[in-house]
Amino acid sequence: MSDHPGKISRRTFMRGTATVAAGVAVIGAPTEAGAQDLAPSRFSSSVTVRFEINGVDHVLDVEPRTTLLDAVRERLQLTGTKKGCNRGECGACTVLMDDRRVNSCLILAASTDGRKITTIEGLADGPVLHPVQQAFIDHDAFQCGFCTSGQIMSAVGCIAEGHAGSNAEIREWMSGNLCRCSAYPQIAAAVEAAAGEIV
Amino acid sequence: MRNFSYAQATSRADAIALLQQPETMSIAGGTELLNWKRIGIVEPARVVDITGIPDMEGVEALPNGGVRIGALTKLNDVAQHALIRDAYPVFSQAILKAASAQIRNLATIGGNPLQRVRCAYFRAEEPTPCNKRVAGSGCSAVAGIHDKHAIFGWTEDCVAVHPADPPVALAALDAAYVIENAKGVRRVPVQDIHVMPSENPAWHNILGNGDLITAIEIGAAATTSAYLKIRERESFEYATVSAAVALDLDGDVIRRARIALGSVAMRPWRLNATEQQLVGQRIGSSEAVAAVDAGFVDARPLSSNAYKITIARNATLRAIELAARAA
Ligand SMILES: Cc1cc2nc3c(=O)[nH]c(=O)nc-3n(C[C@H](O)[C@H](O)[C@H](O)COP(=O)(O)OP(=O)(O)OC[C@H]3O[C@@H](n4cnc5c(N)ncnc54)[C@H](O)[C@@H]3O)c2cc1C
Ligand code: SF4
Ligand code: FES
Ligand code: FES
Repeated sequence: MSDHPGKISRRTFMRGTATVAAGVAVIGAPTEAGAQDLAPSRFSSSVTVRFEINGVDHVLDVEPRTTLLDAVRERLQLTGTKKGCNRGECGACTVLMDDRRVNSCLILAASTDGRKITTIEGLADGPVLHPVQQAFIDHDAFQCGFCTSGQIMSAVGCIAEGHAGSNAEIREWMSGNLCRCSAYPQIAAAVEAAAGEIV
Repeated sequence: MRNFSYAQATSRADAIALLQQPETMSIAGGTELLNWKRIGIVEPARVVDITGIPDMEGVEALPNGGVRIGALTKLNDVAQHALIRDAYPVFSQAILKAASAQIRNLATIGGNPLQRVRCAYFRAEEPTPCNKRVAGSGCSAVAGIHDKHAIFGWTEDCVAVHPADPPVALAALDAAYVIENAKGVRRVPVQDIHVMPSENPAWHNILGNGDLITAIEIGAAATTSAYLKIRERESFEYATVSAAVALDLDGDVIRRARIALGSVAMRPWRLNATEQQLVGQRIGSSEAVAAVDAGFVDARPLSSNAYKITIARNATLRAIELAARAA
């Protein structure tokens, strides 16, 4: 499928009332049957992924449409990672993938084979909280708490990237995490304090 | 989300071959494709993951002084690469003002120009007339909500704007996409990848099945450059209007100006008349202001977005000053 019916010239397409589906039909014309016979075997409707989550190796069979967020929450029962918008817009689902912060709602689990994932459950060292977790408590950086695991994971990434140098820099680089309770001043202060401690 | 079957491409040729299958789309960062599938904008039967293709990631200097950026390079990695940050501030700034830090760790620079319009009717979950959703179904925005829509190059059949930031900077830098398919490799100027509604209101871009953007090439360094993004909140928001400016200066006299506006048309919009008239003018002079005004002679507002013309004009003036100060 393409963004336009590639094999039809623009002019023909515009004059006619062809739809995108018609373009697809042309592309699947018999001349290319040979290629089609071979390739579908490469596509699978169930994918086995091996990944490391919070230091533990897991093997999961997933449908290709399963997101990393759903795999973590529904399959591994690690429900600390939250589903807010499921569109990349709120940051509640933020996890670290190979130590970089990412929105787990925008990632196919099928593409995470061989990756290292860290969720909120993997931050503390036994009973000892991670400095960012402790800073959120110390600064009262949450009210309802729904955004908090995403905020903390994002903050860990933000500090590691070196983007927590000032309050203004923190607010810019943490803007992918929304807080409907609007604890932003406390969140920024917690990140600033934790950054000072970690560096 | 409807299920699909999945394959990982191992090389460019492999991806191009796999993409010949009907109802097949590629996925890179996934930050657009997954949302399209959730809304029902596309429903591919097969998805080809291209992120494992070697040689499509990273930034390298070209022998002639320009740079080549692999299409799979993540937005944050492009913007913060020394070769980009130091030589093309306009491009680095445009990227860092796009989306959020997390999304920029996923989104690829090759996927970015292929994002689709933000028009609420196009993104609607309920069936709504929209020529970009169903060709020939009409345009709900032209007489509906369109305060963020086009002021240049629209037709009654589609008044949407292309929302991406990085391609606006790339247009001002005369950059090109390197596109590969089964027939070979071609280079397409950045603004030409988009399809204007006068050409076809249903299309988003010129890419066909098996067309892979493999890289972006930019010419000589443009250190005297800046990107200004005007938006309704200070961060993590699409542009109302943006302006990318790259200057060659002799003191404060403009030798050459390259200016592209974002979110004003279905592609990054070069202000050709302004660029010509700015040659030989002083930064901040009344002649320079007149030159900017000349670029808006053919601007055409819709019933509720005339304010965008004023904002775009003023953003252009400010971006010229920001670029001059970057010298
Ligand atoms: C909440 C949110 C806010 C955002 N804000 C902004 C913003 O302010 N400014 C901005 O510019 N962008 C913004 N974006 C858009 C984001 O930058 C794009 O979604 C991203 O760059 C797309 O890249 P990707 O690799 O994730 O694409 P994907 O989702 O993987 O792919 C998108 C399309 O491109 C095709 N494709 C991808 N790579 C290639 C290639 N190399 N060759 C051929 N086809 C390819 C895919 O088949 C698919 O059709 C935002 C996105 C979200 C979710
Ligand atoms: S402006 Fe374009 S995308 Fe929006 S409703 Fe009209 S045709 Fe659809
Ligand atoms: S749930 Fe992923 S960003 Fe909102
Ligand atoms: S604490 Fe309630 S959403 Fe942030």
